Amino acid sequence: MNIVVCVKYVPDAQGDRTFTEDNTTDRAIDGLLSELDEYAVEEALKLTEGGDGEVTVLTIGPADAAEAIKKALQMGAHKGVHVLDDALHGSDAPATSLVLAEAIKKITDGKPELVLTGLASTDGTMGVVPAMVAERLGLPQATQLSTLEISGDQVKGRRDNDAASETIETSLPALVSVTDQINEPRYPSFKGIMAAKKKPVETWSLADLGVDAGQVGLANAWTAVETFTARPPREQGEIVTDEGDGGTKLAEFLSKAKLI
Amino acid sequence: MAEVLVLVDHVDGQVKKNTAELLTLARRIGEPSAVFIGGNAEAARPRLAQFGAEKVYVVDNADVTGALAAPLAEALAAIVEQSSPAAVLLPTSGVNKEAAARLSVKIEGGLITDATDVQAGDGGAVQTTQSAFASNYTVTAKVTKGTAIVTVKPNTTPPQASQAGATVVPVEVTVSDLAKAARITDTQPKAKSGRPELTEAQIVVSGGRGTGGDFSPVEAFADTLGAAVGASRAAVDAGWYPHSNQVGQTGKQVSPQLYVACGISGAIQHRAGMQTSKTIVAINKDEEAPIFELVDFGVVGDLFTVLPQANDAVKAAKG
Ligand SMILES: Cc1cc2nc3c(=O)[nH]c(=O)nc-3n(C[C@H](O)[C@H](O)[C@H](O)COP(=O)(O)OP(=O)(O)OC[C@H]3O[C@@H](n4cnc5c(N)ncnc54)[C@H](O)[C@@H]3O)c2cc1C
Ligand SMILES: Cc1cc2nc3c(=O)[nH]c(=O)nc-3n(C[C@H](O)[C@H](O)[C@H](O)COP(=O)(O)OP(=O)(O)OC[C@H]3O[C@@H](n4cnc5c(N)ncnc54)[C@H](O)[C@@H]3O)c2cc1C
Repeated sequence: MNIVVCVKYVPDAQGDRTFTEDNTTDRAIDGLLSELDEYAVEEALKLTEGGDGEVTVLTIGPADAAEAIKKALQMGAHKGVHVLDDALHGSDAPATSLVLAEAIKKITDGKPELVLTGLASTDGTMGVVPAMVAERLGLPQATQLSTLEISGDQVKGRRDNDAASETIETSLPALVSVTDQINEPRYPSFKGIMAAKKKPVETWSLADLGVDAGQVGLANAWTAVETFTARPPREQGEIVTDEGDGGTKLAEFLSKAKLI
Repeated sequence: MAEVLVLVDHVDGQVKKNTAELLTLARRIGEPSAVFIGGNAEAARPRLAQFGAEKVYVVDNADVTGALAAPLAEALAAIVEQSSPAAVLLPTSGVNKEAAARLSVKIEGGLITDATDVQAGDGGAVQTTQSAFASNYTVTAKVTKGTAIVTVKPNTTPPQASQAGATVVPVEVTVSDLAKAARITDTQPKAKSGRPELTEAQIVVSGGRGTGGDFSPVEAFADTLGAAVGASRAAVDAGWYPHSNQVGQTGKQVSPQLYVACGISGAIQHRAGMQTSKTIVAINKDEEAPIFELVDFGVVGDLFTVLPQANDAVKAAKG
């Protein structure tokens, strides 16, 4: 089975994430492969273990986004595709999904088998791109899965929501998104790191995909960020050390604050 | 005035509070119409009327009620086509976000997720407020193309009643084979705790790795306060509490009146789910724990002694 895994390059959450003057994410700070996409990469590697099929990782992003592909190749993915074009700066979710869908068509000659994604990116955190890609490719979706079994062309997985644990079934071709409950992503081994250097990575522009620049980017987004304001840091309140009366003091605080 | 569609969140006709919140927001940008998917719409009608729904579109079709995104998106697209609304508002949830995503592509309307507020902006644009980057930023945005599609977080707007007619409009939807290609083949209901739902609760008491797996003092305190119980990912990964109770980036995002963090260090991913809480309280053995940077009140101490004492004191105060 040939699998395309969509991976996003995001600013490190441990750094000072902020916006730039045009209200887009400041990507000058250190970035990395969105941690939640590691689970999708891991799942793809498990499904192709034993030499059955290939894993292609696909990213859209600035030059540094090649880092996300590199990490996935080090984990064991077979090849990478990086869609890189200045016109993509500031793209919203619908535009991102359009470009991903066109790139997936090109990678698979129009016949995708399985597209795997993370649950949500760790920067935009919308959790909508997978469903948008499925819509554009005319694929069924089995999303937010915390287990996945594929036998023949049958896809089966479990999804947990507040009220119930559900089993979802569909058939290939399909788009599947996975949660951080599904597996334990591997660390790249030394061998993996060395092997990754020889793996093919293609870089495509919008023209390579036949996508018009007028459909993407900040100026053509269907939504616009107008303002961003740093939340004032919370003022640290009173901290007491328990000397046998910590619980009583806590109750007094709740009572004074009219919370009980 | 243009209609604003509000997707009703309900269990067998019992309408959830988040729907009243969305109807309240919808009135700011147009005339609210509820979209009710499933049977028993009659049971829901009085409450939808009470919060201002002029119409109730009812889709009672087993192909749509299966809680999957693709059929829901087709149903919503059909209603959008017939009503040309100014906006579609959905309560934030995994499935609703995905239905909104497919709808956005289908009708070419801009999508904003996890809004905490919705306003009428300049020139009739739908304007929203969101939190970004683990709630460290507040962002205002607007939809600039097509029918605005917005998912709204629960518990962020006080519901205000405003009686309306709630005329029922039955809608026939034919779901495509493609949208039916994914099916739910088994449903195992979760055991009910009897406690409030995490995202709707006014008070949340959460336990982390510091509980060592014993959530009993956390649960006891939660029950005294009428609170929901949350957990950190460390506690969930250890198998001490179900994933559906996880608070944080990959769990639930909560903004209750009071959040009590017990034995939780305060990692960025945990903060992402709770730092918009009105009042934050923490109990932690380690005075250096980053959670203390956020608190209105903190106790440096062992949760196994502090919580039971606080529990007794609160019970006594309540009389
Ligand atoms: C703070 C903030 C707020 C935003 N608000 C909005 C908004 O309201 N509306 C809007 O339309 N856009 C918004 N955007 C832009 C949007 O986040 C980007 O367009 C983004 O590329 C897609 O959304 P996401 O990051 O939320 O991805 P999600 O939908 O959360 O991503 C889910 C999965 O899709 C795949 N994926 C997503 N992006 C890529 C990529 N570039 N390359 C490869 N795979 C990918 C990954 O597998 C990922 O795990 C916002 C961005 C930020 C930073
Ligand atoms: C992609 C990604 C997504 C994530 N999403 C989430 C998420 O949604 N939610 C989430 O919570 N985490 C999430 N995490 C994990 C997060 O980074 C932390 O690992 C996690 O929050 C730590 O949980 P904790 O505070 O319970 O444990 P720890 O960090 O181990 O802290 C335990 C605390 O308990 C204290 N303690 C110990 N014993 C006692 C006692 N007897 N009394 C009082 N205090 C005591 C200790 O001093 C310590 O501060 C995510 C991580 C990643 C990489």
